[in-house]
Amino acid sequence: MDSISKSVVKLDHGPKVRGEALYAPDHPMEGVLHGKLLRSDRAYARLLSVQVPELPEGYVFADWRDVPGENVVLLILEDTPVFATDTVEFLGDPIGIVAGPNEAVVDQILSKIQVEYEDLPPVLDPETSETIFFDYSHQQGDVDQAFAQADRIYEETFRTGYQEHGYLETNGLTAIPSDGKLTVHGSIQCPYYVHKALKKALGVEHEAVQVIQDVTGGGFGGKEDYPSILACQVAVAALKAGRPVRTIYSRREDMAYTSKRHPSRSRYKVAVKDGRVTAMDIDILYNAGAYTTMSMVVLQRGVICANGVYHIPNLRVRGRSAKTNTVPNGAFRGFGAPQTFFSAEMIMAHIATDLGIDPLTFKEAHVARHGDPTSTGGKYHFPVPLLEMSEKLTREVDYWNKRKEYDTQSGRYRRGIGFSFSFHGAGFTGSGERDIIKAVAALQKYPDGKVEILTAGTEMGQGLLTTFAKIVAKELHLPLNQIIIALPDTDRVPDSGPTVASRSVMVVGELLRRAAARLKAEWVDGEAQRFEEKFQEPDFVIPFNIETFQGDAYPTYSWGAHCVELEIDTFTGEHKVLGAWGCYDVGTPIDMTVIVGQMEGGLLQGIGYSHMEQMVCDRRGCIRSNSYSDYTMPTSADVPNMGVMIHVEEYPEGPYGAKGAGELPIVGIPGAYISALEQALGADVHHIPFSMEDTLSKWTEVQTL
Amino acid sequence: MSIPFTLNGTPITWDGSATDRLLDVLRAEFTCTGVKCGCNEGECGACSVILDGQLVNSCMVAMGRVWDSEITTIEGFRETEAFQILDRTFAETGAVQCGFCTPGMIIAAACLLQRNPSPTAAEIREALSGNLCRCTGYNAIISAVDRAAKEGCRP
Ligand code: FES
Ligand code: FES
Repeated sequence: MDSISKSVVKLDHGPKVRGEALYAPDHPMEGVLHGKLLRSDRAYARLLSVQVPELPEGYVFADWRDVPGENVVLLILEDTPVFATDTVEFLGDPIGIVAGPNEAVVDQILSKIQVEYEDLPPVLDPETSETIFFDYSHQQGDVDQAFAQADRIYEETFRTGYQEHGYLETNGLTAIPSDGKLTVHGSIQCPYYVHKALKKALGVEHEAVQVIQDVTGGGFGGKEDYPSILACQVAVAALKAGRPVRTIYSRREDMAYTSKRHPSRSRYKVAVKDGRVTAMDIDILYNAGAYTTMSMVVLQRGVICANGVYHIPNLRVRGRSAKTNTVPNGAFRGFGAPQTFFSAEMIMAHIATDLGIDPLTFKEAHVARHGDPTSTGGKYHFPVPLLEMSEKLTREVDYWNKRKEYDTQSGRYRRGIGFSFSFHGAGFTGSGERDIIKAVAALQKYPDGKVEILTAGTEMGQGLLTTFAKIVAKELHLPLNQIIIALPDTDRVPDSGPTVASRSVMVVGELLRRAAARLKAEWVDGEAQRFEEKFQEPDFVIPFNIETFQGDAYPTYSWGAHCVELEIDTFTGEHKVLGAWGCYDVGTPIDMTVIVGQMEGGLLQGIGYSHMEQMVCDRRGCIRSNSYSDYTMPTSADVPNMGVMIHVEEYPEGPYGAKGAGELPIVGIPGAYISALEQALGADVHHIPFSMEDTLSKWTEVQTL
Repeated sequence: MSIPFTLNGTPITWDGSATDRLLDVLRAEFTCTGVKCGCNEGECGACSVILDGQLVNSCMVAMGRVWDSEITTIEGFRETEAFQILDRTFAETGAVQCGFCTPGMIIAAACLLQRNPSPTAAEIREALSGNLCRCTGYNAIISAVDRAAKEGCRP
């Protein structure tokens, strides 16, 4: 039998390439009303009144008064309202929704609604915010003693900016009321999140809500929490109108008012003794935006990853997430880790340079080994292949020669090559899988011998339909065409958890493999059979305690090594990426093409995050970069030379040895990019994205020194 | 206003305002929902169609402009032999992830191969640079088009 990694044609290839797949905006509009949101145009204000003009026949306006259940979008906490009531908390905060048959008329109505505000002073800078949503600390060893005994102490501060998901399909949903039931379908990453939120906002029982995923044009975390908010709003409008309502965001609306990656500030204080890092004391601040949404868990991952891949015996980390009157930030591929990984990689590189050691050599001397404790007193239970990976990668890209060559250059164009390490802890942080998610996955065998996969896993382009089907087919020794798998419908599938955290293949895929093994053992020809599997925490895991932040935050880790080579034009500040490479260990690739595609896509997003993806929020709290022309994402011409290598350390608890994959590439790439840039510039850099203008001014600064 | 044009080989006379956008008309009135709207501002290429042999963003084309012209969308192009090749090479390289950019990419690739049957990798990258893809990192798409060209794809 073929190795499971051998690539197949993706199950959803045909309809997508032919343009036949129906995404949220593609379903027929007959009988469906257009819904559009009325939004605050103030960052922070008391809402005094909303004057709605007389509405033409067939049009409705709905606001918080029309929410049948609680005016709350249940995400993790319950502070996000469906519609604003007394105050608006960010520019764009939804106040109401207008729905009707003609889109242009809906727009006219919106423009005529008069909202009266009493302005309040908005908080835009997280440093001055008095509202700290979350505050976490964890500690290992004796940090104070290590600092007291240090030869040298380094202190640096790093900043990372917003990042916009930029999925090609904007957020969009349709809500359909029918007797006693409300159905929502659309662009959704986590159908059961939407389901739970709807139940609460509508005040109804489980059966009264149905959520179905439409073919979805990319997510990257941007459709993890956000659709729960939109679904409640559209559902309220549909119930009031007694008709289906569809809301499809324009690109500008999507960019300005939906979640983004949290901007961050990280302060690192590092003790060095005898050429080794002995302690780190780290203070992290994330800008949460106006509501908590996913900030709690994003911050948890950020603080857990604050020391990067390095074994730091004495470690103290404090992380806070501050409220500001800006768009709520949420989940984005990497989920709080890219921010701290960037900082950890850069501080290690800067210390190395100061000590006169090559950054990579210095980093290699500090990477965690198999069996070492993790930042939270857990354990790296499985091999840590970073040194082998850096060996492979540096050879492949001729790192050492180039690094040396670029140390002495002159002229207008300057080059640099940089290296970084990263990991991604797959699955929910801490005890989330065990205590919160409690995933269930099922297989339904039909009398004709076909087997249907029943999970809440969503396909957003990451290849999940294909990888799930391959796992089940292999375990059952069946051809792939005997396996049925559809986009999830909460009326039909059990709650296998959200499609996030690179958990689907590793966690849900393994449940499916086990269900398939049982089905195979108990297979009866000609009969319908159903097998379910529930998540069980592997025995080796050191239970995580969220109060003390101690234990295994993740059962295992996927590993990454990155290299970027670039050239800057010192006259214009332009960057040209000469090459970007990653070596990744995601365990056994369930499909090589899928994995390489995920790594390449994430790599390019990471390059965008490092340099060109600038999102500006102005002094009114307004996101100015709200179109593809103002917010530049990489095109096919930007990084022609990109390569991915795969290293395999099988994970015994994952299906056929697979671990989590999707988020890994973006976590580490900024460190390599900025290291390359630093070599070209001959100066240290402390923030991303680092724009052309930044490059030019840094160059000027270096030259005048 | 009555505007005559040919859509995917079928002659049409369309009644409406000359300022309506081709993208909206194609999607709403001709169920060409393979033509996607990613930005509505001419920045992403998801709405690519072929207008008299030229690659255009249909969101930037007013209906008055299509008078007497020939338009090919993915719905028409998918019936051609050239499409079969691109379909296969896109499948082989895994060039389709979320698929939202894909019909536009296919149309852009077709336009390229029409005027340049054996493009270099750099020429492919240049020709597709008006079509954004957030999922793939582009490598798979570029190799799919390269393979299709080498296999004699002549739209
Ligand atoms: S929708 Fe036309 S270019 Fe984006
Ligand atoms: S495949 Fe998703 S945008 Fe290209």
